[in-house]
Amino acid sequence: MNTQLAMMMTILVPIIGAVLIRLCSARPNLREAMTLLTALLLLVCVGSLLPAVLDGHQPELLLLETIPGLPLFFKLEPLGMIFALVASSLWIVNSVYSIGYMRSNNEHHQTRFYICFAVALASSMGIALAGNMFTLFVFYEVLTLSTYPLVIHKGTPEAKRAGRTYLGILMGTSIGFLLLAVLWTWSVSGTLDFQAGGILAGNIQGPAVALLLFLYMYGLGKAALMPIHRWLPAAMVAPTPVSALLHAVAVVKAGVFSVVKVVVYIFGLDLLNSVSASQWLLYMASFTVLTASVIALRQDNLKRRLAYSTISQLGYVVLACAVLAPLSIIGAGLHIVAHAFGKITLFFAAGAIYTAAHKTQVSELDGIGRAMPWTMTAFAIGSLSMIGLPPTAGFISKWYMLLGALSVDQYIAVAVMVISTLLNAGYFLPIVYRAFFKPADQSHPHGEAPLSMVVALSFTAAMTVLIFLFPQTVLSLAQQIVELN
Amino acid sequence: MMQQLPALLVLIPLILAPLCFLFRNARLAWFLSVLGGLASLVVAILLFEQIQQVQEIRYNIGGWEMPLGIEYRIDSFSAFILLVITGTFFLVSAASMRSMEREIVEDRLYIFYAAWLLNYCGLLGILITGDLFNLFVFIEISSLSSYAMIALGRNRKALMAAFRYLIQGTIGATFILIGVGLMYAMTGTLNMQDLASRLPEVAGSRTIYAAFAFFTVGVALKLALFPLHQWLPDAYAYAPSTVSAFLAASTTKVFAYVMFRGIYSIYGMTFISQYQHLELILITIAMIAAFAGSAVSIFQTNIKRLLAWSSVAQIGYIAVGASFFTSGGLAAGILHMFNHALIKCTLFLAVAGVIYRTGSVWIDDMRGLGKSMPWTMSAFTLSGLSLIGVPLTAGFISKWYLISAALDAGYWPVAVLILITSLMAVVYLGRVFETIWLQEPDQAVKSPLRETEAPMSLLIPLWLLVIANLYFGIDASLTGSTVEHTANQLIMNSP
Repeated sequence: MNTQLAMMMTILVPIIGAVLIRLCSARPNLREAMTLLTALLLLVCVGSLLPAVLDGHQPELLLLETIPGLPLFFKLEPLGMIFALVASSLWIVNSVYSIGYMRSNNEHHQTRFYICFAVALASSMGIALAGNMFTLFVFYEVLTLSTYPLVIHKGTPEAKRAGRTYLGILMGTSIGFLLLAVLWTWSVSGTLDFQAGGILAGNIQGPAVALLLFLYMYGLGKAALMPIHRWLPAAMVAPTPVSALLHAVAVVKAGVFSVVKVVVYIFGLDLLNSVSASQWLLYMASFTVLTASVIALRQDNLKRRLAYSTISQLGYVVLACAVLAPLSIIGAGLHIVAHAFGKITLFFAAGAIYTAAHKTQVSELDGIGRAMPWTMTAFAIGSLSMIGLPPTAGFISKWYMLLGALSVDQYIAVAVMVISTLLNAGYFLPIVYRAFFKPADQSHPHGEAPLSMVVALSFTAAMTVLIFLFPQTVLSLAQQIVELN
Repeated sequence: MMQQLPALLVLIPLILAPLCFLFRNARLAWFLSVLGGLASLVVAILLFEQIQQVQEIRYNIGGWEMPLGIEYRIDSFSAFILLVITGTFFLVSAASMRSMEREIVEDRLYIFYAAWLLNYCGLLGILITGDLFNLFVFIEISSLSSYAMIALGRNRKALMAAFRYLIQGTIGATFILIGVGLMYAMTGTLNMQDLASRLPEVAGSRTIYAAFAFFTVGVALKLALFPLHQWLPDAYAYAPSTVSAFLAASTTKVFAYVMFRGIYSIYGMTFISQYQHLELILITIAMIAAFAGSAVSIFQTNIKRLLAWSSVAQIGYIAVGASFFTSGGLAAGILHMFNHALIKCTLFLAVAGVIYRTGSVWIDDMRGLGKSMPWTMSAFTLSGLSLIGVPLTAGFISKWYLISAALDAGYWPVAVLILITSLMAVVYLGRVFETIWLQEPDQAVKSPLRETEAPMSLLIPLWLLVIANLYFGIDASLTGSTVEHTANQLIMNSP
């Protein structure tokens, strides 16, 4: 398959999938088969692009010219490859998991659920492949809109309120800040293409750089930089598969992915290094990492605790970017992968607990490890990855981020990462301890969640360990990002 | 034949209108309007293709040469606006029958269609004429017939709305006439091109300034530019729904055309540049319009009034583009005329479908309509997203042009304000979307009618408009390159 066709199909396959899912809405088994088939095909398309990118090529595809001089244009570079691979491979796992979850919990509107999921994946692929900021912005907005029905899926007043927060913050920031930033960039540099070394150097200087950086960082609300993080805990009212794939992987990763893209390919490390005013990002990211962790410590609702942990982990990626060292950029790329696999495992486990035991609070989890050994073992592995301990993927990314911070003497960042590691241990290990070592409540005996869910979460947990053992592919992609610059 | 095209534009509706009156048959009158709409759409497309090759198309009425006779002159600006006016007229006419049957008294339908065609005739005339007095005549034709159409609205308040529009519209027309008269007194000509070449000789005089003021204020009244917009919300809210759909798409656009024509082609950049405050005054007024219109929209409970107030805001966007006096800004203004016509027409037409089924204009009564009228409501939602300016819709392209023009001209507060008002659009439309899709229908108002879609005759034109909305948002190369060319031409030819 030639690369242009493969790129085209990467965007189109989920959209065609959405149409097929709609057509099969009357026959649930066929409909779910369509979801799985689409997810599988998508992975094949993305996977077929991998060799070319590993060889150092950057396949391009010009879709059409929306406005003269401003095309919908795709160009796959290593970072996009990482994001596309993570999102598309986890979609398969998540689909297997969703089928078990949605059926066991008798959720309504299942067709709408799978359609929106497919569209959300298509827009994630669009973001991953985007060759210019305009294309990225377009798909970024589509992603917000397509995930909104998933957030309000339950239809309860609480869900609607959460939906309003979700849409309000994400649309508000992207229209209010991001669009302005994009247009400002377009106005001063005359192009929006992602170019190695950035496009802004020489076109803008002084405090304006810091202001533009502010507009970008707070325009990309999906990265959940404090204080615009509130949409993420709010989105936790959605069914767990949504929280797992979208609010631990696709949506939030689209946010931090865009942050890395903007820092590396729009500003360029050199420009940001030369303007000391852009230091604010480092402090704000540090603040986010620590504050979110402290809040997470105090959450009893498991999904909310995971949500705040996500905010903190996203803060790591932004922090790694703000350090502005090549090694930390590698760390940022790796962390997108590591956190995705770790966090999806944790969410899967939370959903499995909800399905099997109908428990949502941390304080209810005493002794649950004995009833659900697979689930809680996977949870433990995911927790280790969040903390950043071997033998999990989280260790490698944190290692690179620390090396990066040390290489440019950013001791604040180092300190933040160390403290945050302790905080992470503080809010994850007690759950594991509780699950395995506290006496169980015997009043409602239950076993493991449905098989499809257990398979899914065991797989992602295994992947978390495997990435630690065999990090070569991901590592070489991440290193390419830096070598290009 | 091809040389007669400009005359045909005016003649087609002008001949069909009395025919409606003669036959006194509602269905036939409707058919004649659709036919007239289609014919003039074809003519407009042919003219648009011709204009790609030549600078301008000129036509002398009755063969009388320019200073003596009346001249029609079409350039790429008028050809572009003609496209959108004829296109929306054709689609709205096609959609109008069932909805009008329900909304006005049956035996007045043929009268309505006569007024409908006359209004159309006037608007087309305004777009193609090259003569100022002729322009005034066409303004009167279109205005008088639109007062009549609004007065036909079912609600008693329609009469008051029409009366207020009549009073204010007449003041506007009088101002325009005074302006034209003063110009004529100073230069001795009514032909726009002649006028443009002679005005510089007398530009310093106070009379010319007065003429400019009268003319622009008069047009601003017709255009409903803040603070001269009072007639618009009531007129749109109480007119029959399809009338609102066409008026929202056409009237304000045509008068924006007159405004731009007057400023750029008759008075010209040299005159404008002498008067330095004008730019700032216009920008301020336009931004207040955008801001106030959006703010008032947020508090509306009547969906038609909500859309009407949003029009007040959108007129602000159109005006602000042209107020930078740069080619990029003018292009943005013209582009938004086109896109906003598409957007508002679609929204009002979708509302016409709602009123057809539920008979209610209250937003509260739209609860749960997403379930019973999914196609109508999807159309409403998609065009609403376009009004907000979500990517891949026409509205986004407008915003993109407008904001980059503002940044290029150095007016960054304008860029910020446009974004803020877009967010206000998210608020007022988001509320409607939530009512439509997320709220359960009220049991008390459940009627058998509510359970069905709008009639096919309305849905098809509606969805054609929605597709246009999406098409011009995804591939804006046609509209984009046309407006850029048009704006450059206007500024280059500007005296």
